[in-house]
Amino acid sequence: MSMINIIGAGLAGLSAAITAAESGRKCRLISVLPSERAQSVMAEGGINAALDTMGENDTPQEHFNDTMKGGVYLADPNAVWGLCSHAPETVRWLCSIGAPLYMKGKDPVLRNFGGQKKKRTAYAKSSTGKILMNAMIDQARKYEAEGLIERYPHHEFSCLVMNEGVCVGVDVIDIYTHQRISLDGCVILASGGMNSLFPGLTTGTTVNTGDVTAAVFFQGAELANLEFIQYHPTTISIPQKRCLISEAARGEGGRLYIEKDGKPWYFMEEKYPELGNLMPRDVVSREMEIVRRDDKCGDRVYLDMTGISEFCWKNKLSDLRQECIDFLGLDPVKEPIEVSPGIHYFMGGICVDEHHRTNIRGLYAAGECACQYHGANRLGGNSMLGAIYGGKTAAKEAAVLADDAEYDAKQVKRMENEEQNGDSFVAEQDYSINRYSAEVLKQALGIFRNEQGLNDALKEIDSRLSGNSLTKKQYRRLLLAKAVLLSALERKESRGAHTREDYPDRNDSEFQKTTIAVFDGKEIKISMRDIPVKRGNDNEI
Amino acid sequence: MKYKIKILRQKSRKETPYWQSFSLETQLENATAATALSLLNSMDPLTDTDGNISDKIIWECSCLQKKCGACAMLINGRPGLACSVRLSELKGGEITLQPLKKFPVIADLMVDRGILSENLKTINAWLSSDAFASESKNDILYESSRCLQCGCCLEICPNFDPDGHFFGMASMVPAARLLEELPEKEKTELKKQYRRHIFGGCGKSLSCRHICPAGIDIEELLVNSNAIAVWKRFLGRKI
Repeated sequence: MSMINIIGAGLAGLSAAITAAESGRKCRLISVLPSERAQSVMAEGGINAALDTMGENDTPQEHFNDTMKGGVYLADPNAVWGLCSHAPETVRWLCSIGAPLYMKGKDPVLRNFGGQKKKRTAYAKSSTGKILMNAMIDQARKYEAEGLIERYPHHEFSCLVMNEGVCVGVDVIDIYTHQRISLDGCVILASGGMNSLFPGLTTGTTVNTGDVTAAVFFQGAELANLEFIQYHPTTISIPQKRCLISEAARGEGGRLYIEKDGKPWYFMEEKYPELGNLMPRDVVSREMEIVRRDDKCGDRVYLDMTGISEFCWKNKLSDLRQECIDFLGLDPVKEPIEVSPGIHYFMGGICVDEHHRTNIRGLYAAGECACQYHGANRLGGNSMLGAIYGGKTAAKEAAVLADDAEYDAKQVKRMENEEQNGDSFVAEQDYSINRYSAEVLKQALGIFRNEQGLNDALKEIDSRLSGNSLTKKQYRRLLLAKAVLLSALERKESRGAHTREDYPDRNDSEFQKTTIAVFDGKEIKISMRDIPVKRGNDNEI
Repeated sequence: MKYKIKILRQKSRKETPYWQSFSLETQLENATAATALSLLNSMDPLTDTDGNISDKIIWECSCLQKKCGACAMLINGRPGLACSVRLSELKGGEITLQPLKKFPVIADLMVDRGILSENLKTINAWLSSDAFASESKNDILYESSRCLQCGCCLEICPNFDPDGHFFGMASMVPAARLLEELPEKEKTELKKQYRRHIFGGCGKSLSCRHICPAGIDIEELLVNSNAIAVWKRFLGRKI
């Protein structure tokens, strides 16, 4: 029986580890920092599940429909059905392991969230990620004590160990001692999004760099839909980064407006009477940009939360209020706050099938590092669900391979890995390379894109790539950046989070497909791949 | 604004620590200690006030917005998160940054806080079966879920010694939720460990309450947990 190595100890990694351990299987949980420091603890608004505890006759089918529509029909429908149909049991499981979601009796209370007409989002104020992580860390600890989960809590991924095209292990570096450790077994990547391409411009952590994604791309893993980068409508600027103002603020009654002819114009409510401020994030961010460009409007968009009730502030949003006071010096109970779109989530990433298998045998991916569930635009409340369900699915699938005798034999015959000189860990982003690439990428990969801008950025990245003073990590980050640009160039349509000024319409016949990027050792190749056809719901995965 | 940042540096566990000062100029009004460290590390080359070229400063950071606890250190001698302490609010012309003293230094401002999770393992801080708690306890459960495991409470605590039996509030806060959620019959071991490693060593100085960067209501959790694990058993009735 082979070992399972899990890279990343946030929600997806923990979910994979707990799933493996629950079936009595040993795994290693490998992360740069302990779970308490993972980006998952920053997740705020909640987790979606059609639990139907609010008397609205909600169903998993409607959750599925909203997720597919929100993602503009680019997600794998079979994977999304698996996600949505298992969401109620996922949230019930979280309750069973002691996550203190806001409850009424034995049922989680649900709140409104973007892109969904019914209340479907379970929450704990606006610190849902933190409380889910806390419960899952405790759950993992039980299995650590039993020897089923072995933590490597200050270890950085270096490279995959390959044998005849199959992933048979992983090399990691102990950050404390700088020693390289080679670990046998299959690998589940749960290493988060690609923040290092946009340092200082995302709401995420400095640790979720995307370096693992870049490394496995270099080693032949296919990446998918890289052009879809979510700009969350309501972020604020704080030192060194963007800070999220949770969608829960609008779910509980917050309203967006801009000054027009000297008066507040609640543009989302006027343009989209049905969902108003709770349209999907891609739509809201785009509309914010459009009204800011309108000559009749001011150039600042505000989030007005002054109408939210005292009860709601106290019981549902007290932490969000404190955040505004701490970082802005403004009390949102008393005055509107200026907000603008900021990079929040990467829908694209390592290409996986509905079982979370990559194109490399023995390699799996889940959570934000993987491209799954969210299509062209993720709905709020689906990221934590996708991470937990994805981690679980990946671990179940990896367990099947780990029991495969033929795969196990490859471990014995494993070849000496050629990849020996990884870069040493730096405990924060390497700004020297990224300030440069971030500027270029920011210009080209904003909410609105066009061929000229993308090509200009491509030239800059190419010239940077041809330099000879790059470290291995820098080279791979640039290669990843190039793959994002090429993917954005190839998609000559507008869909979800990818809006092309030169191709403003959606084009289903040519582009209702997955963008695939692969590096063959010399160049990046981009292709369009058909999306799987939906099976009947009886064939649940 | 101009700042003088004095940092206690140490190349590795085995080497001797030394002070090194840097000048920093920034127009950022809200610059924090974390901003200072990032700005210094972005200098190429990083040069100290004596003109010496220096290695990058090693420190841990992740969320940069008080949610993860990674960047805990001593800032002008007081434990706190580098991302939440504004330079403009610090008194005196010089800002000192030191690693937390109660944990082994790995390098510069990075310390090994592995003892935090080891202590939680020792007290059996997990649920052995499905959670069991009433809705009325939701505030306690939520509050106890907020611990960052940053170590600031242990740093300030006059009773905590890394080699001692007392595990401090970094163990009490997570235990508070579990003491509520465990079914009564399965609380025995955790209650025993709680009495040994938390209740027995706490001098009730409550310095932790003032220093906790997350602002957790430690006193309320302590009162609640002490009741469950310690004194209600003397009443001879189930709780």
